[in-house]
This record gives sequence, structure tokens and C-alpha cells, in this order.
Amino acid sequence: MKQHDIVIIGGGPAGLAAAVAAWDAGVRDVLILERDDSLGGILNQCIHNGFGLHTFKEELTGPEYADRFVRQVEERGIPYKLRTIVADVSPERDVLYVNSEEGAVSVRAGAVILAMGCRERPRGALGLPGFRPAGVYTAGTAQRLMNIEGCRVGKEVVILGSGDIGLIMARRMTLEGATVKLVAELMPYSGGLKRNIVQCLDDYGIPLRLSHTVTRIHGKERVEAVTIAAVDEARRPIPGTEETYTCDTLLLSCGLLPENELSKKAGVRLSRVTGGPEVDDSLETSVAGVFACGNVLHVHDLVDFVSEEAARAGRQAAAYVGGTSARQGRTVTIRAENGVRYTVPQRLNMTDEPEPVTLRFRVGDVYRDRSLVVRAGERELRRVKKRILTPGEMGELTLPAAVLAGLEAGAEIRVGLED
Amino acid sequence: MEKYELTCIQCPIGCPLSVTVDGQTVAVTGNTCPRGAIYGEKEVTAPTRTVTSTVPVTGGVIARVSVKTASDVAKGKVLEVMRAIRCAVVTAPVYSGDVIVTDAAGTGVDVIATKTVLRRG
Amino acid sequence: MERYDFDVCVVGAGVVGAATARELSRYDLRLCVLEKEEDVCSGTSKANSGIAHAGFDPETDSWMARLNVRGAELIRELCGPLDFAYRQNGALVLCFDEEEIPALRALYERGLRNGVSDLRLITGEEARRLEPALSEQVCAALYAPTSGIVCPFGMTLAFAENAADNGAVFRFLTEVTGIARDGEGYCLQTNRGPVRARFVVNAAGLYSDTIHNLVSAHKISVTPRRGEYMIFDQEVGGLVSATIFQMPGKQGKGVLVTPTVHGNLMIGPNAESIDDKEDTETTRAGTDEIARRARLSVPDLPLNRVITGFSGLRAHGTTGDFILGEVEDAPGFFDAAAIESPGLTSAPAIGEYLAGLIAERAGARKKEDFLAVRKGIPEVAKLPPEERAALIARRPDYGRIVCRCESVSEGEIVDAIERTLGARSMDGVKRRVRQGMGRCQAGFCTPRTMELLAEHLHIPLEKVTKNRPGSELIKE
Repeated sequence: MKQHDIVIIGGGPAGLAAAVAAWDAGVRDVLILERDDSLGGILNQCIHNGFGLHTFKEELTGPEYADRFVRQVEERGIPYKLRTIVADVSPERDVLYVNSEEGAVSVRAGAVILAMGCRERPRGALGLPGFRPAGVYTAGTAQRLMNIEGCRVGKEVVILGSGDIGLIMARRMTLEGATVKLVAELMPYSGGLKRNIVQCLDDYGIPLRLSHTVTRIHGKERVEAVTIAAVDEARRPIPGTEETYTCDTLLLSCGLLPENELSKKAGVRLSRVTGGPEVDDSLETSVAGVFACGNVLHVHDLVDFVSEEAARAGRQAAAYVGGTSARQGRTVTIRAENGVRYTVPQRLNMTDEPEPVTLRFRVGDVYRDRSLVVRAGERELRRVKKRILTPGEMGELTLPAAVLAGLEAGAEIRVGLED
Repeated sequence: MEKYELTCIQCPIGCPLSVTVDGQTVAVTGNTCPRGAIYGEKEVTAPTRTVTSTVPVTGGVIARVSVKTASDVAKGKVLEVMRAIRCAVVTAPVYSGDVIVTDAAGTGVDVIATKTVLRRG
Repeated sequence: MERYDFDVCVVGAGVVGAATARELSRYDLRLCVLEKEEDVCSGTSKANSGIAHAGFDPETDSWMARLNVRGAELIRELCGPLDFAYRQNGALVLCFDEEEIPALRALYERGLRNGVSDLRLITGEEARRLEPALSEQVCAALYAPTSGIVCPFGMTLAFAENAADNGAVFRFLTEVTGIARDGEGYCLQTNRGPVRARFVVNAAGLYSDTIHNLVSAHKISVTPRRGEYMIFDQEVGGLVSATIFQMPGKQGKGVLVTPTVHGNLMIGPNAESIDDKEDTETTRAGTDEIARRARLSVPDLPLNRVITGFSGLRAHGTTGDFILGEVEDAPGFFDAAAIESPGLTSAPAIGEYLAGLIAERAGARKKEDFLAVRKGIPEVAKLPPEERAALIARRPDYGRIVCRCESVSEGEIVDAIERTLGARSMDGVKRRVRQGMGRCQAGFCTPRTMELLAEHLHIPLEKVTKNRPGSELIKE
């Protein structure tokens, strides 16, 4: 069986940044496996701008952001295979991939980096009642059809869900001459970035109806209308509030789900909250030598954070195959509580010379003027005041080395909100 | 005197801004930091946006190339710029940064490719 | 010139029409199948429980009882040579109330009378040993090991393709609007011109009353009875291994919980009488109802793993049985009307019965060159890596995965379009190779599948439809 030091599954922003970082950490035998026709992943269809403010201090479009990393991969001569799907990963890190040129090939990897990204929650999983006509698309599918294939998806549009892709598509379709009648959002707040609500909806006078959902899809062949209704606190439609909008298209932007079918095959333990692997601060999963980064780990709001996280995964995978991993088998677990839904990582490795650790987290509701508090037992390790925390934006918190140095192995630290 | 209600987008807080324009004087209230005041004034007096879209490519490895305005254009010009972009067709190869539409809709701003599309075959 | 275009014209390419055409294609008869939709299996046949029933349920000596038991035998016999997915997974009928045990016993005895083999009455304990996910409330059960599950599309396609391979002509988007006596036979008016045939088979499903009533003074009526279903992710497909029925009671026939042949879990259906034969809407009330009732059998249903829902329409008759055979006042016109459950299971037996009648009436002989075997599209991802690689070496497009959830390659999609009675729509591709049936529900593979349809049907992308005309995916 062929061997590689590091095999990276996925050539989107996470996989690319991980590959570059692993190479720069000295590993020369890195292989990227990408299922699509080109590197760059979903960024290829994200033609809008707003990427890279953190990473490059300038505002780039998706393809431009991807290109920065593709060039780094090309400059280093890191090999990659396109139109190649990974069919299996074993806990022993045997990777079975399939493509037209080579057929089905097994390779053994010193380390595997999972970077498969996420998928959109489809209509079926939302249980939207009504007919099943053409014209119901997830926002990302519509985005691909418009931006890559150049198709007009619809002329009169209703959007369910105010995730960022839905908001971006509201503007995109409006600019291409479609009428976007409204965006309905089940929750009492939007899951999208404030900037997108202003620049994609407000700019074009598109109403956002919070606490509303679709209760019926009309039209046997093609969507003819949708009925929306207000929902109560249990998110059940309130009878008598139904309004029907004629339209030919319904876009769904109702959440992203990390795509971890391969991770499960590798025996990786997943978090029930994130849908992604549970990892330690080196982004290593429950299976030794298998690392995860990007949207397969947890859904990010900004690609800049994906790149940063993936670079860490790349460096740590390099350390793992180089035998210089700092891991000493002593760990501290992190528990999210009091409004904090999760943290990534979920556990920390204790070392003699700890380095500062960045925790990423999301909250479950909109909170104003709270403190984010980290505790070990009753001891307060860190307290940060926050003016606002929203479910749509990923939070970040750094634990300084000095704080970590004082922790006992086997301890639990808790991250939560307090008044 | 005119009054505008905006949401600040400079950070996740999203302060609700009230902006009043009285002749040459612009007053912003509701902001909680100086960046909000600057944003509010600009949004009311000279708002600008970057426009992005795609243009068909003939003879390329893919069918369309993504494009953007090389810098922001006046918000009121966005739809005109879109019309200019819709008229454009290019032939491969196209390189990221190539000018696709010169001086789009009289804004003085070029529309440039944001992706490289090589020739097919 | 020949008076008739065909010896036999079958109206409807659902499972009954396809099975009948397949059985007729054994004989030296010129056959035609007319279908109003763009593909086979587009009505009642496409949206049902997919169960090959053992046959204990129908009243003894009814058409339903006889044809169910025979149909189940034929499905077991034909799934190999015709290469469609079938698995004998057994079934349990659950009893939740001690007082209903006599009724369960009656069901068992009826099963024996109907000729169902290996039936057993078991205790609640035994049932839970067989199926640990079952409710503690189960006090007894009827176990029917010969019950099975089948892919309704796969089976219908197998019959239809095999019939076509044996010379049957299929005409799609062809709707029968009138039937007139024409000498010894009939002239069928359609939206695409007249078709003359010596014999007619009415396998028009929900519209079998309309077709029957065009030729007979003895009117029949078929009403749509809607049933809703939910499909779960393959990850929870192993929650039960047998098909779990409930004792028919005051609440109707009960809701089933079953694995599908493709490894998903499915629950449903409820039963709602409606007026509109096109009304395949799903409703919140229906979804809630089947979830609530399925939980009686399996309390820990993972409702957060539902990937899709659908509803199907049963062709419900008024006689309580299939309406089958030559119509009294219309010689040469054969009904297969009001075919509701166990219609899918009975279909091959209905085909066998009607084909026999017609062949005898026509004095037809069996063909020597009848092709009894049909090969399906290879499921490339299920092959061992070496075989998969060998296949990809021959056909590189088998190595390019389009649908990642179900691991469907470009080659399989091309096969679906290019083969006998190939797919003409997105749904047609989906039913043949399961593209888009997985957990992302075609989110990722829609654009490429559209391109492949456009390319291989030689139509522009804007003309690609979800199913029938009017369901174009792109709105120009």
C-alpha cells in the first residue's frame, strides 16, 4: 500500500490552509484529495466580496480569497488530486479514494486531516408541508446554478431562513432582475451577519419577517406560491396568521450541517452540539493522528477563521508525524454552559510549557451586556465583558499560558455567561 | 431637514443610528463609538458599494468568470453597473485582475475579473 | 393494411401495467403501453410502503388474498433474473392490548387459510427479543417471516424494461382521452393521436375508473386515499430489521415502521380520503399523526434524522377487492382497476393472470426468443475495491462521483438516461440510481445531473424537468 505523511480530505479553504501550514512545518509528503473540478471548494461560487479582512487586511471575493491559498499550494508544489472522492477512512488511517484515472486506491496516511466542509439542511429535514414541485432550492444550490452554471433560478422568490447564503442570494437574485418578496426566519433573530442584513436586504427594501415559517408550498409542477405564518414561542405556526405569496421559487437557508460521514467511518467521536468531531487544542479528534478543521469541525461565520484554524491543524498534524507532538496524555475537558452552546476545542492537552489557547464558541440566543466567564471549580480563570453575543456570530476567547499552567490534569473547566 | 434610520454594520452590536441632514450639517445619534458616526454620515451623504457578478466566457475551461468593480461605486449606480456587466462577454483566457468593462456606467470604475479562466483544451 | 396498430394496448405504466406488459411480452403479440406521465412508475406505484406482503391480511378467497400470496412468490422468483432490490426481512403485527389477542389470532388463522407459510404467534417478550426497539406496551405479535421489502421503482422499471427488451412499445406523455369500439377491438383516442388495438388492459391506477367508464355501462369508482410517509437517514436504518405493523383497530390499519431495501428507515402511512387525484401534498397534521402513531410501536424514533417526507395516493375502490378481468359489456377490454394494497405485491400475479387470459383469447403462442433476464445498472460503490477499479478502467465515468450521499457515479447516471426506457427527468434519474435520495436531498448533485440530462437528451439546460412538463428547474 502506498503511504503518505499527511492526507488531507478536501481542497476547500480548510484543506488548502492546512496543506500549506503542514508543508511550512517541514512535511514534504502531503496529498490533498478534492472531489470537485478545482481547488477552492465553496469559495468558487461565493463571488461576493467581504472575505479576507482578518487574514489579508483587504476585502476580497470568494474566488480571490481561494486563489491566494491555491497559489501557495502551487508555489510549494503540494500535490493534489481533483475529481477524487474519498470512499472510506479507517481508524488505522487507511484512506480509500476513487477517481476515473486510478480507479479505487488505498493509501496509508501518517496523519489525516478532515476538511470536508458542510452541507445545507434540505427541505425534507425541515418537514415543510405542501407539494413537491420544482423551484425549491437550498440557497447554496441556487448560488451554484447562478454563479457557476449561469442559470436563472427564478423570477419571484421567497426565502426561508436568514442564514448568510440566503441573504447573499437575496441580493444576487435581485441584481439579476428577480423580485425577492421576503425573507422569513423561524427564530426571533437572524442567523446571518448584520452587514448582510443591511447590504443584502435593507439596500433593496426586502422585508425580513422574524418568527415566521413556511406552512405550505403550492404548485404541482413548479412552485406557484408559498404560505407563511407567524410562529409562537415553541416555533409552532399560529393559526390565522397565514399569508400566501405568489412566487416561482423558494430558497432555503436554514442552517449548515458538518459533513462527517467519513469521520464516522474512521471511528471519530462527534459532538452532539456541533455535529463535528470532538477535538483537543491541537485539533486532533478522538482517533490518534486524525485531525479536523473548518466547517467539518463546526460551522464558521468567516472564512478567515477557517484558514487560521486549518493552519493550526496542519502544523499539529506535522508535529504528529514528526514525533514532536506536545501531547503528553494529560487532558482537561471544557464544558459549555449557561447560554454557551459549545466550545472548540472541547479538551486541552496539559503540557509542561503550555501555550495560549484560543477557544471558539457560539451562544444559543441573543445576549446583551453579559460576561463570558471561564471557571475551574469555583475558581474564576478568565472574565470578559461582552456588549452583545448572537447565535450567528462565532465568538473567540483566549486562555493565556499562565492560566493553563495552573490547571490539574483531569480537571474540568466551564465556559458560560454570567450577568 | 431629512432624517434617516440605519443599522450600523461596523461591528456585531448593530447600533440603531438616527442621522439628520440639515443643509451641510450631518448629525448622527444612537452610535456607541466614533466608527458609527463616520459610517452613519457616509451612508447618508455618499454611500458606496462593491458590485460583484459573473460574465460568460467563450472557449474557457468553465462557462463563466466572476467579476467585481475594482473599487466601490456610488450606491445609486449599482443597478446601472449591473446592466453594463450583463452586456459583457469575454474570450478565454481571462486572468484575475483583467479589466472586463472599462469605466462601468460612467462611474470611472472598471469591472475586473476575480478569477482566472484558462482556454479549454 | 392491418386494422390494429397493436394486439394489446396497456393503459398505464405503473407497476401493474408494467408487470402485465412483461407477462404479455412472453407471447407473439404486438404490445403497446400508454402512459400519461414522462416515465414509468409515476403515480400510485412510486409512493407507497414498498412492502412485499406475506398475505395474511386480505379476506380469504378474495382476489387480494390469492394474488397477494402468488405475487409474493413471483417477486421472490423474479428479483434475481430481473435484478431488482428485494429482501425478505419478515414482518411483525403488534398487539398492544390483551383484549385484542383474539383478533390477532383471527389474523393468524386467516393467514393460514390464505396459504401463508411459517406464521407464528409470539409473546411481547419474544417480539422485543426479535426487535429490541419495540415498545414495552407490545403484549403479543404475529410474526410473518415471509414478508419482504422491495424497491417499488426498481421492480416497476425491471418489468417495464424487460417488456421493452421483448418488444413492447412504450409511449410516454400520452393520455387516453376516449375509447371507441373498433370492430372486434378498440380505438383509443389520445393527445398524440389514435391507437387501435384488439385488446385493452386498463391499468390506469387512480384513473382506472375513468378508463373503465369510457367503455362500460357498469360504472365503477376509484377515490384517492392519501397516505403520508417519512424517510430517515440510513444511519438509523437499522433501528428495526423487520417490517413492524400494528393491529388494525379503531384507528384504521395502523402505521408501519420498516427498513427500506436501500437501508433507510421509513414510517407511514396515515389514510385520508380526498377528492383530488393529483393532490400529493404533505401536511403538518399528517406528519404529526404518523410520527405519533409510529411511536406507539417504536418509542425512540429519531425524528431529528428525517431526511424527507412524501405522500402517495391509494386507488381505493368501493368493492373492497381488486376489480379484475374482462369487462362484461366490453369484450376484449380487461380491467386491473382499484388496485390498492396489497397491489404492489400482487402486481406480478395480476400480470400473470391477465396475460394468460388475453393470450388464450388471442390464441397467442409463447415466443422462443423471450428474454427472461434483465440486468440493472451496476451499483458501482457497492462493489469490492478491485472490481470497482476494474469497472472504472473500462468506463472512467464510473469513477466520478456525482451524488456523494448515495455514492452515485456519473456513469450510473448516464446509464440511467441512455438505457432502455431511459430517464427523461431528474426524478427519472433519481428513481433509477438513487441520485439525490440521500441526506442532502440533491443539494450538491442537482447541477451536474441537470447537465448530464441536457447533454444526453440533447436539450438545453432550461428544458430539464423535475418530472412532467411544466416542472422545469430553471425559470427563464
